[in-house]
Amino acid sequence: MSSLWHRLEPLLPQVSKPARYIGAEDGMRVPRHGPGVVSWLLTYPDTYEIGLPNQGLQILYEILNERPDAAAERAYAPWGDLEALMRAEGLPLFSLDTHRPAPLFDVIAFNLSAELTYTNVLNCIDLAGVAVRAASRHDSDPLIGAGGHCTYNPEPLADFLDFAVLGDGEEAVGDITAVLADWKASGRPGGRNGVLRALARVPGVYVPSMYEVTYDGARLAAVEPRYPDVPAVVEKRTVADLADWPYPKQQLVPLTEVVHDRLNVEVFRGCTRGCRFCQAGMITRPVRERPAEQVRTMVGEGLRRTGYDEVALTSLSTADFSGIERVVADTVNDAGCGQVSVSLPSLRVDAFTVGIAAQIQRARRTGLTFAPEAGTWRMRQVINKLITNDDLYSAVESAYSQGWRRMKLYFLTGLPTETDADTLAIAELARNCVALGRTHTRSPSVTVSVGGFVPKPFTPFQWFGQNTVVELRRKVGLLRDDLRRARGVQLKWHDPAASLAEGLASRGDRRVGRVIEHVWRHGGTFQEWSEHFDLNRWQSAAEACGVDIDAYVHRHRTFDEVLPWDHLSAGLHKDFLWQDWRDALNEVGLEDCRWTPCYDCGACTGYGIEHVVASAVPPAGGSQGTGVDLSRGAEIPVRLLERPLVGAAR
Amino acid sequence: MTGSRIRLRFSKHGKVRFTSHRDVARIWERSLRRAAVPVVYSAGFSPRPRIAFGLALPTGYSSDAEYLDAEIDPAWAAGIDNERLVGALTASLPTGMTALAAAEVASGEPSLQHAVTSCTWRIDAAGADATEASDAVSRAMDGSELLVERERKGRLTIDNIRPAVHAVEVQGNITDGVRLIAELATQPRAVRPAELLASLRPPLSLLRARRLHQWITTDAGERSEPLTVSELSVVGAGVEP
Repeated sequence: MSSLWHRLEPLLPQVSKPARYIGAEDGMRVPRHGPGVVSWLLTYPDTYEIGLPNQGLQILYEILNERPDAAAERAYAPWGDLEALMRAEGLPLFSLDTHRPAPLFDVIAFNLSAELTYTNVLNCIDLAGVAVRAASRHDSDPLIGAGGHCTYNPEPLADFLDFAVLGDGEEAVGDITAVLADWKASGRPGGRNGVLRALARVPGVYVPSMYEVTYDGARLAAVEPRYPDVPAVVEKRTVADLADWPYPKQQLVPLTEVVHDRLNVEVFRGCTRGCRFCQAGMITRPVRERPAEQVRTMVGEGLRRTGYDEVALTSLSTADFSGIERVVADTVNDAGCGQVSVSLPSLRVDAFTVGIAAQIQRARRTGLTFAPEAGTWRMRQVINKLITNDDLYSAVESAYSQGWRRMKLYFLTGLPTETDADTLAIAELARNCVALGRTHTRSPSVTVSVGGFVPKPFTPFQWFGQNTVVELRRKVGLLRDDLRRARGVQLKWHDPAASLAEGLASRGDRRVGRVIEHVWRHGGTFQEWSEHFDLNRWQSAAEACGVDIDAYVHRHRTFDEVLPWDHLSAGLHKDFLWQDWRDALNEVGLEDCRWTPCYDCGACTGYGIEHVVASAVPPAGGSQGTGVDLSRGAEIPVRLLERPLVGAAR
Repeated sequence: MTGSRIRLRFSKHGKVRFTSHRDVARIWERSLRRAAVPVVYSAGFSPRPRIAFGLALPTGYSSDAEYLDAEIDPAWAAGIDNERLVGALTASLPTGMTALAAAEVASGEPSLQHAVTSCTWRIDAAGADATEASDAVSRAMDGSELLVERERKGRLTIDNIRPAVHAVEVQGNITDGVRLIAELATQPRAVRPAELLASLRPPLSLLRARRLHQWITTDAGERSEPLTVSELSVVGAGVEP
């Protein structure tokens, strides 16, 4: 028997929240390991509570387990108390499904959703009994892979990963499985290098060791393939039609509390609103809507099977889904599911209408979160989040008029060209929202959540020098002082310290890997957890490794310099991104290409795919990313304010 | 709507025993919905299903005798066959949790929290063989004080649990230690098996604990279980809904 359960069980009474190590969830698959089967350990490099709801991991878990030549299990990073016991007892990282030791798997594949989990990736590799540096691994060791949004710049992890997958994984995991099955069946020709060479030829798969990196002093000079059969540029994978992939079919239902503990149904993938700070919107193009009928089926069957009373319709901007009101109405009206609440986790204010508000408040009312991202119209033109102040007030008005009393507004600070006036306008917007709420309820409340902006690869802001921690703290301080006596407004912020580490990891090259390893070796795990994050650890690691943080994080980059991710592609033309960056600095917005002519950014044309959208016109209401007042059709018009609100542009 | 109050007994064994009391509450809410049992919801801004859980089972302990009271749509409850209900719930529960019995209780009955007075535990412990454990237990039961250190609202207190220890019997040796059967009071404050072991001299360490019974003792001294497993009473008329 290869299960470690009998050795783990006596340790569990000694650790916090032991239920996160037991597995046994509804929806768990019992994998069939054996000859001819490629075994995957899909690993989320943070705690179970954070990792279990990850939809990407669950989708691949099902797709792999449906294949006759694959078996997939799941692992999550053990918390410090269990890790200490595991190391003391000599217990390796294990799967939750059958408590199988990690070293027995063919592949350990990490989901990279956040840069601050990188030190946990190293820790999990180490706990699996595998050398953290890829070059030191043996032929018999599992292959260490990664997928997820962070793999668009995997260079800081290049020395630790055997391969990374760019883009949608649905088809890529099958291709990789086929290569590995073939290699195993034919006696593992060429050993580890042999299979990595073969993987490098699979579209979307990047094998860092097959590329030679050269430097020109401190500057990166080139990242080039070592062999002629290895592609010079690795292109991302894109699933053409979401209708072909109705996953997860059996979402895992955890036995213990996790974040986003509800049914999640992805209604579309990709977003072309074109917000310039948003990496997800840039790299997941084009928009691919799931057919409304399939959404209804997945919601209905999912609720009945799981017993959840809440469903989230997920996407990067759910109010943009064609016919969203109809889908929400059908969900809350489905008598077979009992009292169901619908949450729309990502709402654009220019597409949020009284109609949607009325539908989602019929069941239990969930929180409402809007993301204006910036305080002034000028700033929003820079970041291309083309919503007017009136759009925001209209959405807030809709919500209050339908009985909501509290809402949350998300903002970024540290954006390109941001002035203190832009920052302080955030406070003004919040105060005006509370004022609107007073006409409907006695004690309206608005929570303002402010995050420090971190530029990401494959966005127009990839050339922007991030604000320093000192500057971000100063800006948060401005808001805090300004809102000190504002009734009904709560300000929340994260200490910007972690944004420095995130910035270093998101736009670093291979030399940053040494810093990550140094931080990990000095006890820096769970860096996403503020109680575990220590900026000094990162700064002293960078110093010890001779890495100049300013050059990576705070310096504005130039068009002619080689970016660490130039040998990878999200389809987007570099000159499109550069033009968009120039437009940003000129405060010029760019409309959504879903409903307007193509700009040839490259995401569709490069791969012979296109938008899959049920409606040829934008949803009614708001300015819909045009910045001008559009006809509202059948929508209830916004009540005109008796006096103009301070700072209300347009 | 006031619902019919249905009392359920269930067991908790295996891996799922590492779930917490709060986890079990969530598991039940989902399982009742999966089994399409129409639980009554509270009124208000954020309606919750009206389910009342009995004594918390410490995380990691197993049990043959867990209870909950759920308020169910009376029309539905009148037409449900209890055995079918128990079967449907077990099918909806995770592996390791089994519904054992169901019965309607009068709405005026005291809550499980108030009604239950003691529990019988099967306790596997390490640190002594059966003879040594019997000596330690005899000394404990002959005395009038059994002191344990407890944390209460962040402060350490020393409590005498002897009055709450009704009976302890050493069953004999097992492969990794010794097995005890103990009846421990739940009021005014429940004594945990681990606390009993820590109070013995020399102290024993807990390997496994399993709740075998919960007891309701009347003022007259009569003892009964909230639901017995052998005698399944029928909810309503026994007609299919």
